[in-house]
Amino acid sequence: MRWYVLLVLPFVGTLIPPLYNHARPALFGMPFFYWYQLAWVIVTAGLLGVFVATTRGRHDT
Amino acid sequence: MAQLEQWALGGRSFGTIVSWFLLGGDLYTAYTFIAVPALVYGVGALGFFAVPYATIAYPIALVVLTRFWSIARARGYVTTADFVRDRYGSRTLEVAIAVTGVVAAMPYIALQLVGMRAVFRQFTILGAGGGLTALTVAFILLAAYTYVSGLRASALIAFVKDALIYATVIAAITVIPPRLGGWAHVFALAAAALAHRPHPAKIYLTQPQYFTYASMAFGSALSLFIYPHSITSVLAARSREVIRRNAALLPIYSLLLGLLALLGYCAAASGIVSKDATNVVPLLFARYFPDWFTGITDAAIVIGALVPAAIMCIGAANLFASNVFREFSPERSSVETRVAKLLTLAVAAFALLFIFFVPVPYAIDFQLLGGALMLQIFPAFVLGLWTRWFHPAALLSGWACGLVASCAMAYASNFTSNFTLHAFGGSLTGFIALYALAVNLVVSASLTPLLRKGAPA
Repeated sequence: MRWYVLLVLPFVGTLIPPLYNHARPALFGMPFFYWYQLAWVIVTAGLLGVFVATTRGRHDT
Repeated sequence: MAQLEQWALGGRSFGTIVSWFLLGGDLYTAYTFIAVPALVYGVGALGFFAVPYATIAYPIALVVLTRFWSIARARGYVTTADFVRDRYGSRTLEVAIAVTGVVAAMPYIALQLVGMRAVFRQFTILGAGGGLTALTVAFILLAAYTYVSGLRASALIAFVKDALIYATVIAAITVIPPRLGGWAHVFALAAAALAHRPHPAKIYLTQPQYFTYASMAFGSALSLFIYPHSITSVLAARSREVIRRNAALLPIYSLLLGLLALLGYCAAASGIVSKDATNVVPLLFARYFPDWFTGITDAAIVIGALVPAAIMCIGAANLFASNVFREFSPERSSVETRVAKLLTLAVAAFALLFIFFVPVPYAIDFQLLGGALMLQIFPAFVLGLWTRWFHPAALLSGWACGLVASCAMAYASNFTSNFTLHAFGGSLTGFIALYALAVNLVVSASLTPLLRKGAPA
């Protein structure tokens, strides 16, 4: 059950725009607003990967 | 039954890789290649909501779809409406759910046709700016392809589609920003271009846009996997594990979506001006790529719209044949397959009507307004996967109120996807789909106890 925290994190990371609505720090010339949200795509894939691997074979997921 | 399952669900036999291509081919559409970049080009930062949307859709998918897949496999369901009929024992609710799916798919298909039109429009052989001829070509292509192919062919074509799209995006991202002097320049030039528009826009959100942005991302994410075409592709998976793995693997496509969104800024930065923002991506490719490669990118966009449009037609037709037409045909088998195939043509034709009669400002609004309709099955379908608490008549009332609220808000805001709510001396602009879902949930939840009391349990 506690593994479900992994599934909640992407919502917290991406649905509160004041957290990331700024220019700095930039990465490769890309403002924070943009690369931060792109980074969450990768982070989410990783979190889901961990979730899928750790909960394999359980019937409640 | 067997035949319909073959044509519409590919025999429920797809493994992780085929499902990955099929779902990717199905979920990433002209929305991704044309509509999102057009919105970013037109309104700036707000258009980037598609990235958090395409991120949080996956944790939702993981939880909802694995549950639905297991129930559907155990009971032999082909659609969401099959499940709803069984769970609530209500034929009316079944038809309501099915019809919602069919209707909501139409504007989404319309978006695909608009995407193809943007490419065909550029071909002088069709008469420069010949929007109508271009649209006709797109429609005929879709109708012919869908009628012949079925889901298996679409899974096969999805491989080709994805290869073309990945080649296009990688080329665009490596070629275009350096030609404009690097990303820092792209953003600076785009910010300047957006500020000088008749309706100035910014590359950051304004404070009142915070809620709009989050509500568009969240509402879209909730609706993505309850569309008939998503369900169709999900049920074609061989096992639960295939779905779980895909929830973790599919976000790779979302990265593409994000990079494509930024092409909207590349277009603004390179001074591309078009009366219709839908055209900016094809125009951008034509400007920076040699002719032979522009041909490939055009093909990528057309196939990228064609494959999902076909799957949407199949999903919608499947839903109609299984859950609305069903009563009239005692033998589900061959009659139903034939009806489903003919219905795909009807669905495509109705989608065309949306383009003519719903005056949306941006192509993406087709998808967003369709999403507002689609989301109204959320209480009956998604919540129903975990609870039997809701009364079917309450769900039906909630659904009806949600739909009326969606349409009223869409009309009041001139077919844009956001509605401004004035209450308690302030105002809050948010995605219509979420407001309508709130109406739906309140009605469903408050009528349930009343109806329970009235009837002997």
